[in-house]
Amino acid sequence: MAVPPSQYKDREFIAVIGDEDSVTGLLLAGIGHVTQPPDSQKNFLVVDAKTDTAAIEEAFERFTERKDIAIVLINQHIAERIRFRVDNYTAAFPSLLEIPSKDHPYDPEKDSVLRRVRRLFGE
Amino acid sequence: MSGSGAREAVFPTRQSLGLMKSKLKGAQTGHDLLKRKSEALTKRFREITRRIDEAKRKMGRVMQVAAFSLAEVTYAVGGDIGYQVQESAKSARFRVRTTQENVSGVFLPAFESYQTEGNNDFSLTGLGKGGQQVQRCRETYARAVEALVELASLQTAFVTLDEVIKVVNRRVNAIEHVIIPRTENTIKYINSELDELDREEFYRLKKVSGKKERDAHAAELERAEDKDAAMRKEKASEAERHDMLGEEGNEDVIF
Repeated sequence: MAVPPSQYKDREFIAVIGDEDSVTGLLLAGIGHVTQPPDSQKNFLVVDAKTDTAAIEEAFERFTERKDIAIVLINQHIAERIRFRVDNYTAAFPSLLEIPSKDHPYDPEKDSVLRRVRRLFGE
Repeated sequence: MSGSGAREAVFPTRQSLGLMKSKLKGAQTGHDLLKRKSEALTKRFREITRRIDEAKRKMGRVMQVAAFSLAEVTYAVGGDIGYQVQESAKSARFRVRTTQENVSGVFLPAFESYQTEGNNDFSLTGLGKGGQQVQRCRETYARAVEALVELASLQTAFVTLDEVIKVVNRRVNAIEHVIIPRTENTIKYINSELDELDREEFYRLKKVSGKKERDAHAAELERAEDKDAAMRKEKASEAERHDMLGEEGNEDVIF
């Protein structure tokens, strides 16, 4: 039923999977975090046309499994590439947010949460 | 009809009838309460979905402004700062903490953003030129991230509430369509069995009293007969005595 506090009390970072501009902007805002060495893990992934889908999936998996991440931001056009995984992701933590990017305006039709909203209200 | 439909395996006694009745009452109270809870949650849920819709639209605008300010930075700095920024990111300045909000007994987590003081990974970014633009871009993006955090907390509340509402509705339906009919069936069954026992008992008593009456009657008759017989016997003996006494038929003897 309700989510136990242990599920979210340590979560304090925001992770991002996005194109270079989105990631740069969000890092400038100060969300970037690299964990202590030796396994220094970044909480952001820059995706361009050359990045293959498997790498995106792997990063998505890693971010959603980490226990210190509260929110995962993902560019909508990248979410589109791993749409299956994004649609199947229903956990409350970390919460997954699709954000628009500079070259790809936001399309509410594709958003997994908004689609769920519409389905619930029978549209 | 009683006996048809599912019922609980109980013996039809008055005690279990009382138990079933209190159970039915409890189920009805629980059903009312859960229904009210579900309604309160659904109301909240609708409000949240409406706010999500608004927040998503707002996010679109904010991100557009932010992207524009980043373009300004690129122009002012005169090159791409992406690589430098990615390399110099070390520790998060912008973090979130999670708080809880209680809606009819359900804890909804909500994110709250805060900025830690003191660590600035990007003090050297835009040092040569465009520092002002970099500063402005950082502020714009910070505002954008705040909007995103707000949206994320709405979305988390949405997911959690969705789950909880499903569970509550399942309970309401289970009580309404399974537990209450079954308890009612059991009560009906017990009642009919008890009635049956009552009728049996009544019939038995009637039988017994009929038998007693018959017996009494027979005894009465017998007694009457006895009496009759005794009377007749008495009469007969009297007659005999008469006979013995006066021999009226005989002629008088004259001396």
